[in-house]
Amino acid sequence: MKPYLLHVVLLFASYLFSQTTEVIYLDYPQLQPLLHQNSESVQVVNFWATWCAPCIKELPYFEELNKLGNVDVLLVSLDFPKHKEKRLIPFVEKHKLQSKVVHLDDEDENYWINEISATWSGALPASLIYSQNRRRFYEQSFTKDELFNEVKSYF
Amino acid sequence: MKFALFALSVLTLSTANSPTKVDGYKIGDIATDFSLPNVDGDMVSLGDFKDAKGFIVIFTCNTCPYSVAYEDRIIALDKKYKSRGYPVIAINPNDPAAIEGDELADMKVRAVEKGFTFPYLQDVGQQVYPQYGATKTPHVFVLQKEDEKNIVRYIGAIDDSSRSPKNVTKRFVEQSVDGLLAGKTLTITRTKAIGCSIKKL
Repeated sequence: MKPYLLHVVLLFASYLFSQTTEVIYLDYPQLQPLLHQNSESVQVVNFWATWCAPCIKELPYFEELNKLGNVDVLLVSLDFPKHKEKRLIPFVEKHKLQSKVVHLDDEDENYWINEISATWSGALPASLIYSQNRRRFYEQSFTKDELFNEVKSYF
Repeated sequence: MKFALFALSVLTLSTANSPTKVDGYKIGDIATDFSLPNVDGDMVSLGDFKDAKGFIVIFTCNTCPYSVAYEDRIIALDKKYKSRGYPVIAINPNDPAAIEGDELADMKVRAVEKGFTFPYLQDVGQQVYPQYGATKTPHVFVLQKEDEKNIVRYIGAIDDSSRSPKNVTKRFVEQSVDGLLAGKTLTITRTKAIGCSIKKL
């Protein structure tokens, strides 16, 4: 119970001081509401990891998207738990990521991959884009044009 | 040859970033055989294993941390099941031109370092993985031999804890092969795990 409470407290703390570069650790039940936000903005969720070369290549496009006023970007890291401190946080700091970054630390992949999308095989990179009336999962890499055009189609 | 390579690269480029609609095998399909180069220099086909009752085909590679995290568990699978008729056949589906570290020479180094007890093949020309419908590394296909045909019985993850072997509670591949050896119909035939996308130009 205690670690869970701590998570909740950290979650609220990070909302209060949302200067990002802070990485929140979540299990799937904690992540789930962040994948179903009722917002006027288009929600873009990117599943990535610091070791995933095609993820790193497309990350700047997501950062640029996040600068748009009506798009919220959430970067969900699937780095190994043992690499949180040594790789993930230094990466987030070095690249001064401005999008919200969370670390999904939940071993039951066979459960939550299907929960996130029945069409996701589990390969990285992958993204979820949704608005109030449309929702789609993308198991693919994006070029900048592809990503921006795709997001535009949600408005 | 140059033109053929160019045509091939145009073809792959045009599909590289399109939303993945993977067909591949379904449970019960017949898996086609292949002939691919092994790290020891030989060509390997499923048909070479006359006494096998089936195969644990694993698409895996040198460069994906999830594949590396599973290396010891893949070796353990081969040690346990080769003698029972289900050898591991590892296939690296990545185009070595698209990622550093997945050349056949690199695969040979890794196989020797880790003491792989199973063939570690290169999917030259990337012809095999799309037929299977592999999308990532690692990605497992358990095949059962019936009348010299290899029937797909299980597709998915090795177990339910890619990141830490000590937290494994469900050994999906072991359950599948044990079930097939006992003549059972499998109840869990598809599972999922995080992996690295297959690298192509």
